[in-house]
Amino acid sequence: MSSALIDLVWQSTLETLYMVAVAGILSALVGVPLGVLLYVTRPRQILAQPVVNTILGIVTNVGRSVPFIILLVAIIPFTRMIVGSSIGTNAAAVPLTIAAIPFVARLVEGALNEVSPGLVEAAQSMGATPMQIIMKVLLPEARGGIINGLTITIVALVSYSAMAGAVGGGGLGDLGIRYGYNRFNPTVMLITVVVLVVMVQLFQSLGDYLVRKSDHK
Amino acid sequence: MITLDNVSKTYGSGPGAVQALKDIDLQVPKGTIHGVIGLSGAGKSTLIRCVNLLERPSAGRVIIDGQELTAMDAAALRQARHQCGMIFQHFNLLTNRTVYDNVALPLELMGQSRQTIRERVLPLLEMTGLADKTKQYPAQLSGGQKQRVAIARALASRPKVLLCDEATSALDPQTTASILTLLQEINQQLGLTILLITHEMEVVKTICHRVGLISDGRLVEDADVGDFFTAPGTQLGREFLNDFLKLEAPQALIERLEPEPGETTHPVVRLTFSGDSVSTPLISRLAREHGIDVSILQAKVESIQGRTLGLMIAELMGSASQTQQALTTLESFDLQVEVMGHVQRTD
Repeated sequence: MSSALIDLVWQSTLETLYMVAVAGILSALVGVPLGVLLYVTRPRQILAQPVVNTILGIVTNVGRSVPFIILLVAIIPFTRMIVGSSIGTNAAAVPLTIAAIPFVARLVEGALNEVSPGLVEAAQSMGATPMQIIMKVLLPEARGGIINGLTITIVALVSYSAMAGAVGGGGLGDLGIRYGYNRFNPTVMLITVVVLVVMVQLFQSLGDYLVRKSDHK
Repeated sequence: MITLDNVSKTYGSGPGAVQALKDIDLQVPKGTIHGVIGLSGAGKSTLIRCVNLLERPSAGRVIIDGQELTAMDAAALRQARHQCGMIFQHFNLLTNRTVYDNVALPLELMGQSRQTIRERVLPLLEMTGLADKTKQYPAQLSGGQKQRVAIARALASRPKVLLCDEATSALDPQTTASILTLLQEINQQLGLTILLITHEMEVVKTICHRVGLISDGRLVEDADVGDFFTAPGTQLGREFLNDFLKLEAPQALIERLEPEPGETTHPVVRLTFSGDSVSTPLISRLAREHGIDVSILQAKVESIQGRTLGLMIAELMGSASQTQQALTTLESFDLQVEVMGHVQRTD
């Protein structure tokens, strides 16, 4: 394997990590509060708002049902507005983030749903405000489930980022398509796949470790 | 201290509506332990959850310590709930908080300083026997220890009232006894008013001063525990009592029982003694005055809140006229007599 190829793989790995990191962090920042809202506005929940809940639910579902490759090109005007360009690694991070937000939100909602209603009731009996219930009961008790959801999101982002090549975003997936598939170079294809597999393994192990450490169930 | 004034609770509306509570009137004086007993689905849980408005009553007023909770807005209600601790059947401890932090939670919610929290939490853990468990997580504790944490947590805000929702139902008998002892100590030392719901007569017998019986959403009895155990006022009350005392005739006898007396039968009676009649030398008097023999088949004596309750199943052996006179004599005493049936004499 030539040093040029090693450079190329290294460069692509960094691009993938960059896209995943940016999209992962931003989608968590938006997706976790959205997931909390989806949960607490449910009927009979602490901030029951059936209309808000239905609207949020529909928006979230729309976000999740658009195929990523279509989202990637469909929001190009928005991407240009945000990062000033529709091509490049930064431009790819925008649709990745948009795609990941509803994904995170639903996983967080699911994690909160696992918290025993009795704990919320106990906090209510102590005179907790809805905000206190969210911050001191729901989020800490769902911590393991939320970290697990974020791990799943990161792994999905690694896979989605392979499509970033379509807008010149680079990354390992793009490398595999251009060098491995279009130029019939099975070595490059194999290397990108191996690097991706190792990357996913590492993220999953780290996630599992954090879940174990943070959860005392 | 706690007053429920004509409280009703209906779930749903229209023809499918379920009325879980119907016109409940209940008074719990300061410093007393009041039990509410009933079968599952009778409305016990709804009743206790209506007291701190975890369930909002459909009608009626809830008054705790002179404050009408049902008239409060959300913010005032949250303040009032600090006066009213609650413990649950399944403990409801936060799994990701240590024992110390669980007990500290109500104080954190009230915005107390770390210093104040420390000064309150440590004595409570001492009192509930958890001083060596402060850094453990609930998953590392036994059921009884978890309920102790929950009790310490409920007391952290220094409430005047403690609500216990089936607090011992998930515990074994020995642990139940130790939790009941703790509740009794709290009641005596802190003067705390306790309202508890349970389906276990043992709980009522051990710590309650008064007991209410709830059936199909209505409070059908409300009496001193001593009165309830010696003379329940309803059929359901008697069923609870018989079930609790487990004074059943031996199976072999039940199979021999005949509903109507015959030429050659003896009556079998169930006697319930209470108050003065316990100390009357009844059996020997029957034998002496009516010339009959009395065969005691089952007997039991219980002491409930300082009052003695005796139960006995006996066969009255003698001629038809002798046993009839004996029964009349029995009925003149201060005790309950129930003729269970008649058996063919074997002598």
